Amino acid sequence: MKAEDTVNRIRGALGPHLAGFEQKSEHRVYLRVAPETVTEVSELMFEEIGARLQIMTGIDTGEGIEVLYHWALDDEDCVVTVFTVVDRDAPELESIASFCPAAEWIEREIWELLGVEFIGHPDLRHLLLSDDWPEGNYPLRKDCRRRVSSDRADERAAVAADAPPTGGIQP
Amino acid sequence: MTRRTIIPIGPYHALQEEPEFFKLHVEGETVVGLDIELGYNHRGIEKLSESKTFEETVFLVERICGICSTSHPIACVQAAEDAGAVPVPERALFIRSMVGELERIHSHLLWLGLAGHFLGFNTLWMWAWRFREDVLNVLELITGNRNHYAMMKPGGVRRDILDTDLPTILDLLKGLDQPLQTFRDAVLEDPLVHARTKGVGVLSKELAVAYGALGPTARASGYDIDVRRDHPHAAYDKVEWDVVCTKNGDVFDKAVVRILEMFESVRIIAQCAEQLKTVRGPVDSNPQRIAAGDGIGHYEAPRGEVFHYVRSDGGNRPLRHKVRAPSFMNVPTNRETVPGGSVADATIVLAAVDPCYCCTERMAVALDSPTGERLWGAQELIRMSREKTFRLMDESGWRGPAPPEEMKM
Repeated sequence: MKAEDTVNRIRGALGPHLAGFEQKSEHRVYLRVAPETVTEVSELMFEEIGARLQIMTGIDTGEGIEVLYHWALDDEDCVVTVFTVVDRDAPELESIASFCPAAEWIEREIWELLGVEFIGHPDLRHLLLSDDWPEGNYPLRKDCRRRVSSDRADERAAVAADAPPTGGIQP
Repeated sequence: MTRRTIIPIGPYHALQEEPEFFKLHVEGETVVGLDIELGYNHRGIEKLSESKTFEETVFLVERICGICSTSHPIACVQAAEDAGAVPVPERALFIRSMVGELERIHSHLLWLGLAGHFLGFNTLWMWAWRFREDVLNVLELITGNRNHYAMMKPGGVRRDILDTDLPTILDLLKGLDQPLQTFRDAVLEDPLVHARTKGVGVLSKELAVAYGALGPTARASGYDIDVRRDHPHAAYDKVEWDVVCTKNGDVFDKAVVRILEMFESVRIIAQCAEQLKTVRGPVDSNPQRIAAGDGIGHYEAPRGEVFHYVRSDGGNRPLRHKVRAPSFMNVPTNRETVPGGSVADATIVLAAVDPCYCCTERMAVALDSPTGERLWGAQELIRMSREKTFRLMDESGWRGPAPPEEMKM
């Protein structure tokens, strides 16, 4: 199995950095690493292994922000997902966009939707949301409620009336 | 000293009826820089998906885009199936591939027509869309809809393809043969198309790899990836077909890849139709729940790999649903391909990745002109592009290939 060899190579190279490993199936592997090692691991995946960055996913798990890097091994029919969990109150990670331009847009997206600060990103500004989006309001966080940026009371009241109820079972 | 001017293309776009903002920095006729701004069509689909059941998410992602309206659902149901280890009956796999390839043909014909339109070949545009209509009619016959087919569901497909419909599908393939050859010749042999597209908007293989380019955009640059072959799914490992790959990375090669891919799609559909005659059985394994876990699904949409990731907690809704459309990776390559070229070529280079903004943005002609510079809008850019073609036409005396007998009306 070629994919297995590559996965073993990655595991070997990570050594003590590897905080968790799950082989979900022949074609799906999940590796957990510490936040400070993502650059190193990404360099290994992108430059040495020659994997293709499919995309990154950010997830608010409640306890922290999980950031997943999905790497495709196209020659070996395998997707290796390297993930890390960062602190929810001050999430930050090193940017990998300097050597992997494919990550540039998605880091901007995760920054604006989940609030993860990507240190060293060449151009960290809004991608999808408007430039005057209120700071500290991250739509993909689970506790995000609709808020208004306007000072106008009537608008705020209208939005409040429209907001979904909190708690309980919602159909 | 040369003055630098900004030509805004968009947010209502010169090339597609979708909003996206390209700022061309121009010195004279030469483009020296490009800014891309998006976010004019952000609909919050990933967030919305968290409030839908796994069955409902399929309908939601189907509406991300009207052109790849079966690519997103295929990737989405595969992600759910991967998370919950849901089996899929074999017959459903053939139907998935069949609908996916019909979609690829109609999408590539749509692009070919638009590319012709931007170059001033409106005949090509009209003919390409005329034959696209036949494909849409067949899709309507087998799925009930021209665009949003609603065929996919976790565990299989929603409806079977009837044996009585197979002859119509095969007739379509037969009827497409001649026009596809004409389109191929119209592009491969037309000296004007060569003059307009060869060596224009070149994306090197190194840059394609660095930007993670996908689909025809990557394959035209010699980056030989295709998830249908590399990560087999649906019925793609059960039929014979080839991945089309060229090496020059210019607009011409991107067109060639798409046109030749339509022939491969025809091959795949024909084999699937043949298999459907013998592969019997249910088309849906009818899963009752998706087990907790992570799932990844991807599918080669006409524009490149569509990627879906879901996390399930064992309930009936995804905890998180990530969608990545191919244009999200392909559009940034314009930063490398557009600068250095002329303004008249910008339209076709931007169009060459076959951008799909509503996909990219799962995610206005309020043009600002503080300097009082002349604003160049969509119509003027298209006009300039066409003028260049007509100028070349006059210089060369070439009037394009004659249509074959069957296509004369």
